[in-house]
This record gives sequence, C-alpha cells and structure tokens, in this order.
Amino acid sequence: MYKYFPHTEADIEQMLKRISVKSVDDLFAEIPDSVVLKKEYDLPVSKSEIEIRKYFENLGNKNKKLTVFAGAGAYDHYAPSVIGPLISRSEFLTAYTPYQPEIAQGTLQYIFEYQSMICELTGMECTNASMYDGPTATAEAMFMVVASAKKKNTVLVSQTVNPNILKVVKTYAKYRGINIEEIAEKDGCTDKADMESKLSSGDVAGVIVSSPNYYGIIEDYTGYSDAIHAAKALFVMNTDPSALAVLKSPAEWGADIACGDGQSLGMPLNFGGSYIGFLASKKDLVRKLPGRIAGATTDVDGKRAFVLTLQAREQHIRREKANSNICSNQSLMALYVTIYMSLMGKEGLRDVNKLSYSGAHYLYDQLLATGKFKAAFEKPFLKEFAVKTSLNIDVLSKKLLNHGILGGIQLGKYKDGMDDCLLFCVTEKRSKEEIDQLVSLIKEV
Amino acid sequence: MKYYDKLIFEISKEGRHGYTLPENQLAKYSIEDIPSTLLREEKAQLPEASELDVVRHYTNVSNKNFGVETGFYPLGSCTMKYNPKINDEIANMPAFSSLHPLQSDETVQGVLEVYYNLARSLSEISGLAEYTLNPFAGSHGELVGLMIMRQYHIKRGDLKRTKVIVPDSAHGTNPASAAVCGLEIVEVHSNEKGTISVEDLKPLLDDTIAGIMMTNPNTLGIFETEILEIADLIHEAGGLLYYDGANLNPLLGKCRPGDMGFDIMHINLHKTFSTPHGGGGPGSGPVGVSKALVDFLPNPRVKKDGDCYYLDNGDDSLGSISGFLGNFSVYIRAYTYILSLGKDNLKNVGPLATLNANYIKESLRQYYYLPIEGICKHEFVFDGLLDKSTGVTTLDIAKRLLDYGFHAPTIYFPLLFTQSIMIEPTETESLDTLNAFIEVMKTVAIEAKEDPETVKNAPYTTPVRRLDETMAAKKPMLIYKDLL
Repeated sequence: MYKYFPHTEADIEQMLKRISVKSVDDLFAEIPDSVVLKKEYDLPVSKSEIEIRKYFENLGNKNKKLTVFAGAGAYDHYAPSVIGPLISRSEFLTAYTPYQPEIAQGTLQYIFEYQSMICELTGMECTNASMYDGPTATAEAMFMVVASAKKKNTVLVSQTVNPNILKVVKTYAKYRGINIEEIAEKDGCTDKADMESKLSSGDVAGVIVSSPNYYGIIEDYTGYSDAIHAAKALFVMNTDPSALAVLKSPAEWGADIACGDGQSLGMPLNFGGSYIGFLASKKDLVRKLPGRIAGATTDVDGKRAFVLTLQAREQHIRREKANSNICSNQSLMALYVTIYMSLMGKEGLRDVNKLSYSGAHYLYDQLLATGKFKAAFEKPFLKEFAVKTSLNIDVLSKKLLNHGILGGIQLGKYKDGMDDCLLFCVTEKRSKEEIDQLVSLIKEV
Repeated sequence: MKYYDKLIFEISKEGRHGYTLPENQLAKYSIEDIPSTLLREEKAQLPEASELDVVRHYTNVSNKNFGVETGFYPLGSCTMKYNPKINDEIANMPAFSSLHPLQSDETVQGVLEVYYNLARSLSEISGLAEYTLNPFAGSHGELVGLMIMRQYHIKRGDLKRTKVIVPDSAHGTNPASAAVCGLEIVEVHSNEKGTISVEDLKPLLDDTIAGIMMTNPNTLGIFETEILEIADLIHEAGGLLYYDGANLNPLLGKCRPGDMGFDIMHINLHKTFSTPHGGGGPGSGPVGVSKALVDFLPNPRVKKDGDCYYLDNGDDSLGSISGFLGNFSVYIRAYTYILSLGKDNLKNVGPLATLNANYIKESLRQYYYLPIEGICKHEFVFDGLLDKSTGVTTLDIAKRLLDYGFHAPTIYFPLLFTQSIMIEPTETESLDTLNAFIEVMKTVAIEAKEDPETVKNAPYTTPVRRLDETMAAKKPMLIYKDLL
C-alpha cells in the first residue's frame, strides 16, 4: 500500500469480517454495472518524492522570475520571514472551519484579530472572516447594497475601478438580475456629475468606486457620501488595505461598505492566488454581511472565548434565503495578513507606503525626464501611476523582459483608447538601483 | 501547559516593531506632498510588537487548535484526510510563488502547464470533457456550475428554465448557490432508503426546469442507484445534471460522475485531493463540464497549442468569476498529490475510504441509531443514541468526544433527522485509530446511560468549555475595540 494508506492485508481482512462482506469490491455492489469503471485511469504511475521534486523543478524552470514593476491588483510587497513558518503550523493549516469552538480557539482568535485590524484600517465597525479575493468581495458588496435597498435594483460602478473587478461584478449581477450602470471616467477620475445624474433615476441601490483607483490615482471623493446618501443609496469603496495606513479611510470618506483585496498586505504574488478578499461595513449592515463572523463571548467558567456568531445570516441555516452562498473563507490567508499587520504594526505599514511612494515618484520623474513619456493624468498617486509613451510598447516590454523585468502593464489590453499607456508600480522592494536600471534600459529603446 | 488568553493588541507596546526595511534613498519624494484632504487623520491602531512577541503569540494561539495532525477528525462531508507535506513544499517553490498573474504567457509556461495538466487529470478522474480551475472554493464552484447551466439555456434562447431541483438532503450551499444565481429551488424528497424518489421527481419535470443538483453518494453516504434513470428523466425534460463533488472521494477508482450522466460538476480539491483546509480556506473548486458546455466555462481559460500554453477569452463564456486564475497555490498541491499517488494508488482511495466508513458503522450500530440500513460509501449518519431515554443529545456526544481527544463528527446535518451524527473517516486513517474512536464512542454511549450529567456538561479538558453563543449573537462584539 502507498505511504498515505495504513491498511495491512490483515487489517483489511479483519474489517471485511466486521462488515460481513467478502471483498472490498462487494462494498460497491449496488453501483449499476454500466457505470462501474472497468479501466485504469489514463494517468501516469506513482512518482517518488525524488521524481516529484525533479518534475516540478523542470516545470519551475519554464517560468521566468521577474523584477516586478507592475501592480494592477497584485502587488510585490515585502513578506517578513516569520509568516511562512507560522502559518505552516499544522494546528492552523490542517484544521477545518471552527465548528467546535472549544478546540478551535486558535482559528477563532486570529479571525477576531483579523477583523479588528481590517476595521482599524478601513475605519469600519464590522467585517467578516474574509472572502475569496478582491473582485468577488466587491461582487458580494453589490449583493449587500441590493439586499439592503429592498426594491431598488441598480448599482453604479465607476469606470475607474479595476476592469478585472468590474468584469466579476458584471458576471455576478447578470445571473442575479441586478442592473449595472457604469459611471463615466473623466481625466482618470470618476465623473461626479455623471454619477449624480444617474443617481437621480431613483433605482440606484448603491455606488461602487475605488481608492486608489485602477490608474493608481487617489481620487478626491469629497461630497460623494452626501450625494449618494441623499439618493438613499449605499456608498461602497473598493480599496487597497496597505495604502490605508496613510490614505483617508473609506469610513472617513463616508462610505458604508469597504471591500478589496488583502494581497497587498505582504502576500506572495502566487500567480494570482491564494489571495484574500475583505468586506467591512458600518454596524447597521452587519446582518447583511455574508460568510463567517467571529465574536467574543465567555465559556461556562467565565473565560473569554471566541465563537462564530450571527450565523442566522448564513447558507447552512437560511439555505436559499441566504444573501450569499459563501461557505468557508480564506482563513489561512486571514492569518497571513494578521501576522503581517502584527509585525509591521502602526509604523511599519506607513513605512512601506513611504518607500513605495518615494520609489514610484522617482521613477515617474525619471521617465518624464527621458522626454519619451508624459503623464496620462495629472493627479496625485501613491505607488502606481499611468504614463503615455511615444515608444513602441511591444518593443519596450520585450526588451525589459529580456532583462528579467516586468515593466508596466499595457493599459490598451484592458481599456479602450489607451494603447500608448503603461501602468507602472513601485513597491518598497524596488531599490533605487533597480529603478535606475529600468530607466536606462528604457532609454536604449 | 498554562492557558494563553492574550490578544495581540494586549501585548502591544508603543515603540516596538517586528520588521526591517531598507533606508529610504529617495526621501525627498515625501508622502506629505499628497494633498492632506486625501490622507488619513489618525494612524490606524495596529499592534506594536517585536518579532519574538509575534512568533510566540501565534505559536501559543495555534496550541488552542485541533488539526488533522493533532488527531482523528471524522467530520462528515469534509473529507479530513492527511495533507501531505510534499504538496506544501512544491507550492512554496519560488519558481511558482513569485510569479505575477499578469506576466506574459511565455514567462509562465510552467504554471500554465500545471493548470492544464491538472485540469486534464480531473477530466480523466471524473469523466467530464474540460475543467476550469478558477473557482476559489466548493461553494464558488457550485455558483459557477449553475451559471454554466443558466448560460446553456440562455444561449439556446430557452429563457423560461429558471428552476432547479435540489434534494432535501442537499448541502445548504446548494439552494443558496442556486438562489444567488437567480434560480428558484424546487425540493425533491428522499425516500425511506435515503435516496431520491424517482416517483416524486417525475411530476416536477417540465419546461421550466433548468436542471438538478445532486450529490452521489448523497449526504447520507448512500449511492443513488437510480441515477441512470434520473439522468434520463432530466435530460428528456431538457434539463442538465449538476454533481456536487463534495462526496467524490469514495468514487475514486470505482466510477465517474461523467459516466453517470452528469453534465456539470465541481470538485473540492481540499477534500478529495488532500489540500489543507487551512481553518476554512483557501480551498479550490474546479468545475468540469461535458463537451457541449465547454464554451460556457469562465474566462480566462488555459489552452494548448503544440507545446505552448496560453490564456484565452471566449465570447460564449459566462464571463469572469475571479480576479485572476483562482487559487494557484492550492491546485498545485492537488496536482502534486495526483502525481504522487499515480493511477496505481488513486484507485485505492475510494475503496479504502469506504471500507473505513463501513467498519465504524458496523462497529457502533449497537450503540447508535442507524436510520438507513445497508452499505454506505465514504460516510454515514447516525440519528443520535440508540437508547433515546438518556436525554443526551448529539451536541453532548460531540462535546464529550473532545475530552477523549477526537474532533467531533459533523452534527445536525443532514436535516432529515433531528439528531444527525455524520461520520467520515477517510482512507488515511488506520484500523488502530478507528478502533480507538469506536471504543470512545462506546464509552460515551455507556456514560450517557449511567452518568448522563457528565456527558451533558462536557467538555472539561479543552482550552475553553462550552460557550455562551446566545450572548455572542445578542450583543455582538466583533472587534477588539468592542471589548474596551
């Protein structure tokens, strides 16, 4: 038997006897003969660990590890060394959803800490135990606003929201019969006048904007809260939690719901997953939040303890009446970002932003100084910015790739009329030398 | 060991930190240059702790948890099998973990090959034509599968098919996923054998039915023997069959959902394919479809041309359901598992899981009430104690098991019985472990009779004892600030 199977021949004999059947095949006797699998799987035979390692080393060699100057929803931030070993502890890694709280206080406690930290950053009053990723968290925020509005069925989404998020929101809306209308963008920002005119239709349940937006711009949302709430709609802000160490929080902007991707909190790029979505809100919306929520209570001896709470909202109780079908969360990733935020703390997350800001603005100045780049928008930004270039973008990208660099994202692939634009990102991981090398390679094009 | 009860906020001390960063060589570019109206006024009150503070805190916190590596975890419908270490080692290789999701296809050929090959392997194991690995979890897979079902009918212009049939024994996610997807639920009842009643199904079939969601074996661990007849009926009525892959484990090596007539299915890689549950995620819920439905799969898809792999966005696709390509770090683990076992060992998974479940069932039926007779598959359900006079409930039994060092089974599910105890041992547990569990289950049954109060007040030896869940819901305290 393979090493994961502890059964000896004698064990199997003994077990069959207890069950009163002659063979293991007899345990499948009721399956109609026409569907019984009569062949072997068309798959390779078992590989030893030595062969497994070689196989994946070969596959790994077919990937190209790059120096990353791109973001667009996945950010190459520093990951402190202690997180990996801590989240690999089997007590965390191999547990399931904390259904038996007496022996799952570890999971429940870190979820509580995670919820506390997400609320600190967003300024919100409650949040759930996490979502799959930023785009699906935003789609669930859309469900929340529609569920809260009862009869209204339109949600406005700014065109400055990351197109990857917009696509997912539209898919979710399509099948649930929710009407999505886009708010036009103007100079890289949400067109407030367009929003106000669309709000006047009377059918708008909520408005979704993002900060920083897809182009990295820190939009000024002054007056949005009043306009949206005057139309009896809810204000949803998609945001980058790392940036919230320095930027005005969704709560300060007057938003009712904050959502986004927590990957920027030091998580590896991992080719797009596993990441973590977050979804936080004002307290009056807590019963509309999907998924697990941990809360504090006491045990029979009066000891403080944590438990999954407000479960009457969830699918396993409400079944088809639940507002969401979400079941588990991205729990281990919630632990990841909780440990990250504990290590970085109050000052560290600010330092990350300061370094990223400096690097990004230095690169921006250097690019403009080449004379081959222009600002796509003259707007404040943090670590990510869009530029227009007179250079051939394909040639430029290829050249950088040959030197092991992932340059800016080609915006033309995702946005109409932006074929000459690149979206660069600089995090604290990029040194001045790396930025200088990038610029000198660009100058050679 | 002394009970550790601190929150990270409670060990925080101003001025400590647990990181190092390079000196800012470009400090003349200062964040203060951002207009102050765009900046936050007060610093977020994140904890301040040294590296060892943080390491020791989370180590102590972990000690309050029970995982598969702590002990037997017979949680029904969750397939808590051993999570091999080699899977983690491979997933953490920098050659995979450091890739940006928007890198060009030619720089990520290795990851695309993992995606493609795993999708092909799942097709072979399940008998369906093609897979997407983009869904993040089982429930997400269900939602995507139902979107495919709807997309199929919409593309044919058959817009009145807005109902989906769900058995009363289904996982709670099934009706919830259907509702989120804009489908109306029609419930079909189980018969006395615990399976779908074909007679009850027939009158439900008309031209408003989009399809049926089934689990086979069902949540009672019983194989739906009339599946071929059910498949014919649904197909004749113009509907599609959706397979909830939560219970796929016992079928490995024995039969394939595609061969039973299912058109769409999801697989929980964190169940059947050994990836860790992580305390409730990240999971992965790949969705497979029959040939006729391939074009409706979500974007992007991974395709192969000669020796090259590339991403493709199709026009008939239902759209995007994830920011990028799903939980790569999870599905690379599942692929490692499949390659490790190979076809020669994968075929033993279903039989051994089934053997283990039946062994426990037959060993305990003199003590616990077995409502459905017969051979089960990977799991089975007791309806509480055989002796109903003790006043000891399923919850009490579950809590008492914790004192004896076992995780509790799934309780109060399925909803068909009032005292459900759903037990799933998986194939990675030894006869010795099963015997130890059986002995404890017997002991608890005897205790229930002789000393019911002891069982009713359990547990006693766990880090905390029974919790006041009513207070938690009545007066929600959801963040640290609520405690102050």
